[in-house]
Amino acid sequence: MNIAGPVSAMTLAERARRAAKVAAEFADQVDTEGRFPREGMDALKAERLMGVMIRPELGGEAASMTEIADLCAILGQACASTAMTYAMHQIQIASLADYAVGSAWHEAFLKRICDEQLLIASATSEAGIGGNLRNSICAVDLDGETARLEKNATVISYGAMADAIIVTSRRNADAPHSDQIATLFLKEQYSLERTSVWDTLGMRGTCSDGYIFKAEAPAEQILPKPFAEIAAQSMLAVSHLLWGALWYGIAADAVARSQAFVKAAARKSPGQTPPGALRLAEASNLLQQVKANVVAGLKQFEAAKGDADALNAMSFSVAMNNIKVGTSQMILTIINHCMLICGIAAYKNGTPFSLGRHLRDAHSAQLMISNDRILGNTSTMLLVNKQDTSLLG
Amino acid sequence: MNSTIRELLSKHGGLPIAVDKLADADDLYEAGLSSFASVQLMLALEEEFDVEFPENLLNRKSFSSIVSIADALSQITDDRQVA
Ligand SMILES: Cc1cc2nc3c(=O)[nH]c(=O)nc-3n(C[C@H](O)[C@H](O)[C@H](O)COP(=O)(O)OP(=O)(O)OC[C@H]3O[C@@H](n4cnc5c(N)ncnc54)[C@H](O)[C@@H]3O)c2cc1C
Repeated sequence: MNIAGPVSAMTLAERARRAAKVAAEFADQVDTEGRFPREGMDALKAERLMGVMIRPELGGEAASMTEIADLCAILGQACASTAMTYAMHQIQIASLADYAVGSAWHEAFLKRICDEQLLIASATSEAGIGGNLRNSICAVDLDGETARLEKNATVISYGAMADAIIVTSRRNADAPHSDQIATLFLKEQYSLERTSVWDTLGMRGTCSDGYIFKAEAPAEQILPKPFAEIAAQSMLAVSHLLWGALWYGIAADAVARSQAFVKAAARKSPGQTPPGALRLAEASNLLQQVKANVVAGLKQFEAAKGDADALNAMSFSVAMNNIKVGTSQMILTIINHCMLICGIAAYKNGTPFSLGRHLRDAHSAQLMISNDRILGNTSTMLLVNKQDTSLLG
Repeated sequence: MNSTIRELLSKHGGLPIAVDKLADADDLYEAGLSSFASVQLMLALEEEFDVEFPENLLNRKSFSSIVSIADALSQITDDRQVA
């Protein structure tokens, strides 16, 4: 590890906890105002956590996906918008770090991410396509060594705050919708014309406005691997695992709040079990299932990592899809239990037991790539996939 | 074998171009094969050749070209003869 200053002696998790403390302080304000979680993100940069997944030769710390997931879970307990921003940034880095190996331009950029603690956004969603990641309407226009692209991007989280955006498109104007590439565009190479404002129920701090994205850049900034490969082997799995980890964080904080509520009630009337205690036990049981689901997925991912056949296997996609659908549904049940435990104290804003923000943030999980769409894909795969009935395999 | 694969590909592949415009080694995903269509194609191949694709061949690579589909199929039928 070659980082200087006070962060070098601490573990990644300790550094994330320091940043999470800052993020937690501003979480309600970020939510109320629907503004970018600047303080939390600045704290993550101050802890030098933006490029930790990158190889040490390029200035990173070679953090594993499991470690990154742990950081997302820590942040999720503090401020879901900060956690989601961090997670989405890391998803982009995972694609770059593993699928642009040997591309001098991209490797130099990875080094810049570490040196300058840059923030990377993603534009996959497109008007007319919705959440179908593996389809694009827009196409890159290659003119000699210059790539031009215009995209009607319906949702780009922290688009206005990012230093670069990775944008999916068709390979060229003649390519079918599924023949996609991903291109990294730098802030100074694109313009964003805002078409919609992110005034939502939850995840308000992600500032996921819609934009007409217009860019021009040297063609070498196109990721060398086809996007189909990046999506299948990295982006889908990494998204589901890191999202699952931060969603776990949201639910874990809700359970922590309701446990504090039950404890306070128990202290007030010694000898009597508070009415919420049983439901807390149930919530704790469900939370453990979410955790086990994510941890098992991380284990499977780490085992498959670097093995294209294992990452491409249908059984692997089915498992990752199941993690996404399962965790996104379960956290809502858990937070609802916590609501019942804390009652009005949870329903009201501004109490130590408030859960409105948690519940609203958690509701994004089943829509962020629609669960119905994911279940549809899984059901197609199950037409041919052989079920692995072993407990450990 | 390749002509049967081509026939099933044109029926189930949902490709935006005619299958006879494709060479055996051309990348089917680049030609527009979706993952949904690849599963439909796989089911049709299983039915036609009376085989079942094993787990280790259920991946993108097996369906990336007519050649690779043929390879996968002959691998399955070879295994069956050995067994
Ligand atoms: C917090 C947050 C941040 C986001 N950030 C980004 C970002 O940075 N970049 C980005 O590109 N996108 C981002 N997205 C968008 C996201 O990835 C999806 O594109 C989006 O959530 C899907 O939107 P939709 O519901 O309109 O789309 P659709 O996928 O079009 O779905 C609309 C509805 O149709 C139904 N439906 C559609 N297709 C099917 C199908 N095949 N089977 C079954 N049902 C179907 C679904 O039930 C769904 O309710 C973000 C979303 C959220 C919530």
